[in-house]
Amino acid sequence: MIRVVLPAHLRTLARVGDEVEVQVDPPVTQRAVLDALEAAFPVLRGTIRDHVTQQRRPFLRFFACEQDLSHEPPDAPLPDAVATGAEPLLVVGAMAGG
Amino acid sequence: MSGVRVLVGTRKGAFVLTSDGKREQWDVSGPHFGGWEIYHVKGSPVDPNRLYASQTSGWFGQVIQRSDDGGKTWNPVGNKFAYEGVPGTHQWYDGTQHPWEFARVWHLEPSLTDPDTVYAGVADAALFRSADGGQTWQELSGLRGHGSGPWWQPGAAGMCLHTILLDPSDPGRIFVAISAAGAFRTDDGGQTWRPVNRGLKSAGIPDPNAEVGHCVHRIAMHPSRPSVLFMQKHWDVMRSDDAGESWHEISGNLPSDFGFPIDVHAHEPDTVYVVPIKSDSEHFPPEGKLRVYRSRTGGNEWEALTKGLPQSDCYVNVLRDAMAVDSLDSCGVYFGTTGGQVYASADAGDTWNPIVRDLPAVLSVEVQTLP
Repeated sequence: MIRVVLPAHLRTLARVGDEVEVQVDPPVTQRAVLDALEAAFPVLRGTIRDHVTQQRRPFLRFFACEQDLSHEPPDAPLPDAVATGAEPLLVVGAMAGG
Repeated sequence: MSGVRVLVGTRKGAFVLTSDGKREQWDVSGPHFGGWEIYHVKGSPVDPNRLYASQTSGWFGQVIQRSDDGGKTWNPVGNKFAYEGVPGTHQWYDGTQHPWEFARVWHLEPSLTDPDTVYAGVADAALFRSADGGQTWQELSGLRGHGSGPWWQPGAAGMCLHTILLDPSDPGRIFVAISAAGAFRTDDGGQTWRPVNRGLKSAGIPDPNAEVGHCVHRIAMHPSRPSVLFMQKHWDVMRSDDAGESWHEISGNLPSDFGFPIDVHAHEPDTVYVVPIKSDSEHFPPEGKLRVYRSRTGGNEWEALTKGLPQSDCYVNVLRDAMAVDSLDSCGVYFGTTGGQVYASADAGDTWNPIVRDLPAVLSVEVQTLP
């Protein structure tokens, strides 16, 4: 299972806890994980990726294994540690005040 | 005993304020969707338990929430607002052309006859409709396709479609208003549209009498007389007696004719309310005095309503969607401020009391009169 950690507002929206798990068949990529996440939690559609362009929303980043994966191609394989479930994929909102 | 439910959208969540018909004691529920901007919450006129809310965030985009029990519980519905066809371009702040980009839903207007049908006014300006309780949304693209889009331009808050008025006497007729494009009308249920801005004058645009490009802040109508419209423009308070075909100024003796909201008394079609703001560069009340102005003559003659409102050192704003009226026998008037106060008057504006004082900045106020 792939582990995903969502920012607090999306956890509330999806009514999930600190971490969610989704089943993804190889190859495990950003796109495959987000597809599985949105299939499991349809309310997240449009909140991480734009509905129409499927581009990552500009104030969100993807981190895993102490790497910034935000600008990796969506079909590039994620690190093995994410694919094996040893490490989570982190969806992180930009810090801001207000 | 009848009562009222006040639906408040703020920068940090939604609040539901309820009272009986006396409107003296209030129960405050919220925040709902804490931390999110709630641009608008509105109930269905035919099913008061059916509410729609626009929940939005610069981080996470748009969510639409629906309640079927008067705001006790909520469930997210559809949030896909896809422009029909190639979105095209509009004018940017610097006069260049800029692609149409969806930002958020500003205003939700439930149908007068069907609780599952609801209209959404969005930024960048367009009108969408759902006929399935908000699950799916389709653009009424004839508005954007009118042909004048390249001359529409954003105001400081973006290029938003913020006003939707459904004509209760004619199901085909809808008025919308866009900042900064102007007012538009359809007579065929949204298939085709035309601008209805004759008589508006805006000094800040190259042609002050242009067909489009006017920064209309708000339009209001009384349901018994839907061909009479009242408008708060960027500057000027205006009136149309012919469904928008022509407009004339009714600012009269107002201390400033800049402002955002405008509304009409529930039982007196010629009683109109505005909140004058000092200027377009100083968005606070003149002289630090928060005053609602009421005209009982359909405009031009205005009286200041001050009893219960702060009359010194008050520098809040009242945004365009943040005023509403109830329809109890003694008409209630409500407005919210960017300072987080929601004021209510149970006597048509003669006296005011704060329902709550310390909410986040108020973006919108709607009222439901309950049986």
